Amino acid sequence: MEKTFNLIVNGIGGQGVITLLTFIDQAAMVQGYDVRSSELHGLSQRGGSVETHIRFGKKINSPLIPNGKADLIISSELLEGLRETEKSGKQTKFLVNDFIFPFQGSLSAEEIKKQFSLNKNEIHIIPASQVCKEKLQNEIVSTVYSLGYAVAKNLIPIKKESVLKAIDEIVPEKYKKLNINAFELGYAS
Amino acid sequence: MKKILLGNEAIVRAAFVSGVSYVTGYPGCPSAEIGDEFGKIAKENGVYAEYATNEKVALESAIGASFSGLKSLVNMKSFGINVCSDALFPLAYTGTKAGMVIVVADDPSCYSSAQSEQDSRGYAYLSKIPVLDPSSPQECYDFTKIGFEISEKFNIPVILRTTTRCAHQRALVSFEEWKKINVKGNFVKNPHQFSTMPPRTLEMKNELLEKIKKIKAYAEESELNKISGTQNKVGIIASGISYLHVLEALEELKLDLPVLKLGFFYPLPEQKIIKFIKPLKKVLIIEEMDPYLEKEIMQLAKTANLKVEIFGKNILPVTGELDAEKVCVALSKLTNKKFVAFKTRNFNLPKRTARLCEGCPYWYILPTVKRLAPEGTIFGGDIGCNMIGALPPHSMYDYMFCMGSSIGISHGIKKSSPNQKVISFMGDGTFFHSGIAGMINAVYNKSNPLMIVMDNRITAMTGHQPNPGMGKTLMGEDTEELQIADIAKACGIKNIKILDPINQKEFENTLKDFLEKDEISLIVCKRICALLARRIEKNKSN
Repeated sequence: MEKTFNLIVNGIGGQGVITLLTFIDQAAMVQGYDVRSSELHGLSQRGGSVETHIRFGKKINSPLIPNGKADLIISSELLEGLRETEKSGKQTKFLVNDFIFPFQGSLSAEEIKKQFSLNKNEIHIIPASQVCKEKLQNEIVSTVYSLGYAVAKNLIPIKKESVLKAIDEIVPEKYKKLNINAFELGYAS
Repeated sequence: MKKILLGNEAIVRAAFVSGVSYVTGYPGCPSAEIGDEFGKIAKENGVYAEYATNEKVALESAIGASFSGLKSLVNMKSFGINVCSDALFPLAYTGTKAGMVIVVADDPSCYSSAQSEQDSRGYAYLSKIPVLDPSSPQECYDFTKIGFEISEKFNIPVILRTTTRCAHQRALVSFEEWKKINVKGNFVKNPHQFSTMPPRTLEMKNELLEKIKKIKAYAEESELNKISGTQNKVGIIASGISYLHVLEALEELKLDLPVLKLGFFYPLPEQKIIKFIKPLKKVLIIEEMDPYLEKEIMQLAKTANLKVEIFGKNILPVTGELDAEKVCVALSKLTNKKFVAFKTRNFNLPKRTARLCEGCPYWYILPTVKRLAPEGTIFGGDIGCNMIGALPPHSMYDYMFCMGSSIGISHGIKKSSPNQKVISFMGDGTFFHSGIAGMINAVYNKSNPLMIVMDNRITAMTGHQPNPGMGKTLMGEDTEELQIADIAKACGIKNIKILDPINQKEFENTLKDFLEKDEISLIVCKRICALLARRIEKNKSN
């Protein structure tokens, strides 16, 4: 891979955004890439918008992705996904969990999807939360499901084996199976 | 060994490799993972780790450890250094015995800091303590080690100043394995060195100034201040995370300029800087927040009678964090490179702010108080999860400052405007941190605000750290469980009620009753943090 791959993973505090970031960081390292990522903790994690940046490639300088330079957005909530369209470039692809976490003054899922449809970027809206809830009784792994989908559809230059290796290396034993199952479900979808 | 590490994790590893034996601090964002990580692995490595009641107490205990011959690390967020500064300044005078690194984590752009966008580097000038400014997890590791080396060599504490994008950056870090050490301290009396008392104090000041001269000579030779790039008329001086943005910007603009990267913020390698800027026509100083370096370098250039033009905050923002784009814009003004910043769009999407978690006990407190308090009641907020009371849908707080301040300020309001009702909120962690002092003041000086301590049984906001009200230490040992109501009673508060706010009727009646009191009153709303309760439940079922 010649060019740096720029990935924004976002969502709402508590949705497992940072866990997914650690999987992707590790998988990128497994593939021999230089990797640098940036995350936010604290106040922003309490139900607010959380945006994390992951960059991998030959040599990474800054941990922050400049506006317009993201190659892929993985968003675990509809409105947070839509928010990224404000600073996306032409090449930016979107992978958005069909899930809404409403608040006072929020937009409806229909309205958000309508706004997405006006966008010319490649957009995938997938039922990650719904499937994980139904088949795994656990919504928190929906971000891992999304990663499985992204890998299967070549939205990200990361191989399946690298992700499985990453999960094996960093997830505690008792949660390994759950995470692998979520990944496989997304991969096969 | 090589592994992906968070900046904060790299600091922990470097401390172990440097032979740290005593770790203390106070949790805050973006430094909390340091103390948390030590909490998990200190014991098995023969190291003592604790969270202190506040940053001042933390530093004081590290001073005791250092004087007893143990290497120590103190961790805190930006505002922590304000709290501990009273002990920090005399520590510069006495110096340390065993090495000490003080990690202070700033938060440009205030991602998780309410009270101010603080640039803690300024403390270098007030305290005359060396400050190192890393840019990446690898530098967090390397600089921590060098910090211990400097501290041991010159008997002075060293401040490692990080920022959010450095502390919460993950990247590959090369690190060494460490051996378990189990060092016991021994305090050897030396009041000449350990007690500040005039006329000795002024002697100590001169000793400190001498030390700084030597450290300046050390900084001149240090590889922490390094030059890269090719000679040109335009040069760059950068420090901290800004350096990484500079590398990115140079690549983006296809520029090859000389860059002096300063790892030392204080003392500065003045000769190295002069040598670097001498052949330049223009130099751009790139630092986040305050223009400390810029001012220093302007002075240096003036004294050395150099003709170089110095740019900095005239073309870069003082407020908010920097990024590669902002650096590109600034560089395009000094070079012939054209750069057009990316045009973001604004779809006026509703903003999502932080909010109380599902099942949070504070849901049973804030709306009830808002509904029942008489028209015009003044609400004071504090730091921690209760800050969310300032945001919609609550939008309650009429003032909000720093740790433990809600009660201190409410006392001042009551004294100034006795007919207005004031309710001050704070969490259990904040109460132990510094709320107690304000409470004592209010009792002693005969004030009558209503204090509500929202005791959710943990220091929640910064990631669930133990506090003195929990009966557990950082290393997981059982300890005395301090009772907020007992402390208040001992401090002379007569109207005290402990209740579970889920019992709304009881809470409402107490509120109505206490709002009529002529003396200060306290309601301790005791109910466990919902996230913690769910975790305990989950652990039980596993």
